[in-house]
Formats: sequence, C-alpha cells, structure tokens
Amino acid sequence: MNTIAPVFEDAEKGSSLWHDAWLRLRKNKLALFGGSVLLFMVVVALLTPWIAPYSYEAQNLDLGASPPSAAHWLGTDIFGRDVLTQIMYGGRISLAVGFIATAVALLIGVTWGAVAGYVGGRVDAVMMRLVDILYALPFMIFIVLLMVVFGRNILLLFLAIGAVEWLTMARIMRSQVQSLRQQEFVEAAVSVGLSPAAIIHKHVVPNALGPIIVYTTLTIPSVMLLEAFLSFLGLGIQPPATSWGLLISYGAETMEEYPWLLIFPGCALTLTLFSLNFLGDGLRDALDVRGSKD
Amino acid sequence: MLRFMFIRILQALPVIFVVITATFFLVRSAPGGPFDQEKVVIPEVKKALEAQYRLDLPLHEQYFAYLGDLAQGDLGPSFKYPGRSVNEILFAGLPVTAELGLYALIIALCIGVTAGVFASLRPNTAQDYVPMSLAMIGICMPSFLLGPLLVLVFGIWLDWLPITGWGDIPGDKILPAVTLGSAYAAYIARLSRAGMLEILSQDYIRTARAKGLSEWRVVTQHALRGGLIPVIAFLGPAFAGLLAGSFVVETIFQIPGLGRFYVQAAFNRDYTMILGTTVFLSSLIVFFNLVSDIIAAWLNPRLRHQFQGGGS
Repeated sequence: MNTIAPVFEDAEKGSSLWHDAWLRLRKNKLALFGGSVLLFMVVVALLTPWIAPYSYEAQNLDLGASPPSAAHWLGTDIFGRDVLTQIMYGGRISLAVGFIATAVALLIGVTWGAVAGYVGGRVDAVMMRLVDILYALPFMIFIVLLMVVFGRNILLLFLAIGAVEWLTMARIMRSQVQSLRQQEFVEAAVSVGLSPAAIIHKHVVPNALGPIIVYTTLTIPSVMLLEAFLSFLGLGIQPPATSWGLLISYGAETMEEYPWLLIFPGCALTLTLFSLNFLGDGLRDALDVRGSKD
Repeated sequence: MLRFMFIRILQALPVIFVVITATFFLVRSAPGGPFDQEKVVIPEVKKALEAQYRLDLPLHEQYFAYLGDLAQGDLGPSFKYPGRSVNEILFAGLPVTAELGLYALIIALCIGVTAGVFASLRPNTAQDYVPMSLAMIGICMPSFLLGPLLVLVFGIWLDWLPITGWGDIPGDKILPAVTLGSAYAAYIARLSRAGMLEILSQDYIRTARAKGLSEWRVVTQHALRGGLIPVIAFLGPAFAGLLAGSFVVETIFQIPGLGRFYVQAAFNRDYTMILGTTVFLSSLIVFFNLVSDIIAAWLNPRLRHQFQGGGS
C-alpha cells in the first residue's frame, strides 16, 4: 500500500486498489458464477410477493402432494401448496437472517476491534481477553438455550446469531488496525490534529475493508447454516413463517413418499451456500487477503 | 511447555464458571414455572415439589446450593422424569454419543487428511481440483440435509443399509457416522491441503529433496508433522461442532444419545436437564479445546518457545 498525501488518498489509491481487485475477480469464473447466482437469489427474494406463481397461503387439499408438473414446476406439498412459492418465501427469511445477523456481527465486531486496536494498552488487553473468553464458550448450545428460554422469536434469532459471529470480526479488525496505525499516513493524520474517531472512520476503516469484506462474505453462509440448523430442530423459524431449514425438515419427514419436498429446498440452500463460499474465496484471492491470524 | 499448559488451564477455568453462572440465571429467568403444564397440583404437593427442587429458596441461595452440588459432581434431579437424576440420563447417553463422535472423527480424519495431502502434492491440477470440489460440496451440504438424502438413497431406494437405531441391526451405525463425519472430512481436507502447501514450499523440504530422499519419505517424515498442525488445532472446535451435529444426527436416526436428550429437554422445558446438559457439554468442549491447543503447541516449536520465553 503506497501512502500518498492524505488529502488525495481516498480518491487515488481507493480506485486503483478496487479496480485491480475487480480485474482479478473477473478472471475467477467460479466467483463470478457465485456472485451471479447470489444476485439472482436476492432479486428473486426481493420481488417474491409480485412474482411468486401462487399466493403463500394458497392450499389445494384436493390436489395434495403432487410431483413436479407444468402447473407446479417443483410440485406441491401435502396441503397442495406450491413448492416453488414456499421456497421463494422461505428464501426471503433465510437470506434476511443471513444478511441481518451478519450486519449485526459486522457492526459490533468492527467497532470493538477498531477501538481495541486503536486505543491499545490496557483497554485492548481487557477487550480482547473478553473476546477470548467468549470464544471458548460453546455458542451452539447457548443459542439453543436462548431459543428455549426466551421463546422462538425471530428478532432474538438475529441478535443471538449476530452476537456469536462478531468475535472473529473483532479479531480481524484489531490486527488490521494495529498494523495500520504504525503507517505514516495515520501518523500524519494524528499530527494534523484529527480526532481518533475521525481517524478510525476516515483512514483506518477504509484501509481495513478488504479482509472485512471477505470475512463478511464467508460469515453469511455460516449464519444461514446456523438458522437452518435451528429451524430443522424446530427451534428457529416458526410456522406460519417458513425458511429453507424448516422446509428441509418437513421434507425429511415425508421424503419416502414425496422426495421432491426434500430435494428442492435442499438444492436452494446448498446452491446459495456454494455461491457465497465461492464468492468469498474469490474475493479473498482478488483482494489478496491472507489468513486472519497474521 | 508446563508454563503454557498452566496458562491455558487457568484461562479455561473462568470460561466454565461463566458458563455455569450464565446458564443457571438464564434458565431460572425463563418464563413459566416447571410445573405449569401439569394438570392441577394440590398446593401441598406443589410445595413439597418446590422444596424437593429447592425452588422455595431465594435465587442466590439456589445458585450457591447448585454450585455446591456441582462441586460434588451432582447435576440434580430431572424435572420431567421424576425419580431420575440428570446424571443418570447423561451417563446413559454419553457412551452412545461418544461412540458416534469417535466413528465420525475417524471417518473425517482418514478421508480428510488423505484427500488434503493428495491434493497438495499436485496443486492446481485435476488431482487438486477434484478432491477440493468434493470438499466444497461437503461444507455446503449441512448434516440435516445430507442425513435424509443418504437415508433416501442408501436406506430406501437401494435398501442397502438400515435407517434408524443404534446397535440393533448390523450396519445401522454406518449412515449416522458418515453423515456426522462428512462435513469435518471436508474442513480437514481444506486445512491439511493449505498446511501442507505452506510446509512443502519451505527450505528444509527443499533440503530434504536435495539430499535425494524419496517423495514418500519427504512427505511422511518431514512435511506431515508441520503440515497437519492446523488440523490438530481444528480438532478442538471440531469436537464442539460434532456435539452440536449429534443433536441433528441423533434426531434423524433416532439414536438414544446426549444430543437427542438435549433437544428433547429443550422441547419439554425440562429446566434442570437443560441446565445440567449445558454445563456438562460446555465443560467437555472447553476441555477438548484445551487438549487440542496443548497438542498443537507441543507439535509447533515456535509456539512452544514463545511461551517458555515470557509468554504473551
């Protein structure tokens, strides 16, 4: 990273770094494929109320469970509900949990790590000590516990998952900030008299964005898996709402007679997780981010 | 090394304490008493029950009494199954889950390390891409999807393997163990590939090759030890994941293990059972993290010396 005079820094270096990364990413076919699939999923999820072939509540008890056909591309479930429609509405929830919980994790983690790394000294030691202790807690068990104690509330699910995933984010951010604050342009900003908050906001965070973006992309699939896991056990999303995890759990109950009820929601989840992982790996290579340990 | 172990053990103790305290107060703050669902309980009976479960005491006294019981290894009685203690239920499930986890781990290690090392020897060729693509599928295919799919294909369509139970029919342990182990096989494959690639580019490997050692000896005697450190370090977190995975796998295959008990306790709102299981599982996880950290440090001279010289 070259350091140019702080005034020009954002415009000059920013564009070239991101431009290079884009050129590298464009060569990675798997990552592009992942990005396209993801974009498609998000657009479909946003437009679902308008483009879904049937209404979410529509049942057709006479029809019952039927295999894929011209009228129902992915078949119907035992209540005669259109599977494609169910998957589209389930995807809205699964993707929303993925993005919102990751955003919660991002906000807490980046703030925590930036403050610890920038202030340093005893504050840093205490803050990271806390992260270490939380790291060792078996969170999977704790989330199950939370869902039992406080009822199966979707808002709580966002918070609980977000609260688990911020720890790694904080560690990455802290190590970034620690190496950045040794750099000349940060010293220059300090000598000009900028406040620490302004320095973190204007100079440190933009320069630490690469690893943060990569880790964010890889956090979303693990969050979505967690939601699906809880929903499968019956501790996550509750009917009448649905998610891919819940659809898979229903599908697993009746897979002997109606395998399409398991296979199609499973494909939707797996394909999305695939895409996110490929995109994340591609971004890591494109932005030249090394492992989180250094 | 002793100093390192000592520091790590000291770090683990507050974690267990935090788990016990947080779980206790979380469970106690749950809405609704444990006997609310029962039909109508005569006041005297209710009182006697509350006294038996110590619910008549103030909260902080309950907490200290619980800590006292824990110190003696007593996790208390179950709310849901009168007359059975949490200890009895846990120890009935523990051997089953331990066996399942062990098989899954063996499968994961055998497949994962072989695939990862194999891929690292010819990077960016088909020998690398094929196992790594399979690993990616393994990571993106959650156990609660893979399990039912395996049951569907091998249990129902092909009718090769039994689909439920544990130790009743020969072969009924195969599908659960494969389901639980496959995701870890995938992670281990990726970790061992990355670890091996880093080690294989080191000078001392070039030296070993320059000496004229066979590729087999270079890999097995020189590279593996360093290349597999990330895998060893992963085993601690993997253990936690295996336990959580056993919730799902034991539910799918109807295996009477700890994971299934935990999920059932969660549904039944069997508070003492949840409390006891959480404390027990958490302590196990913390313990295994500790062991895997110590083994990883023992294998990695750099980390070992860092702690001998002052620590950090």
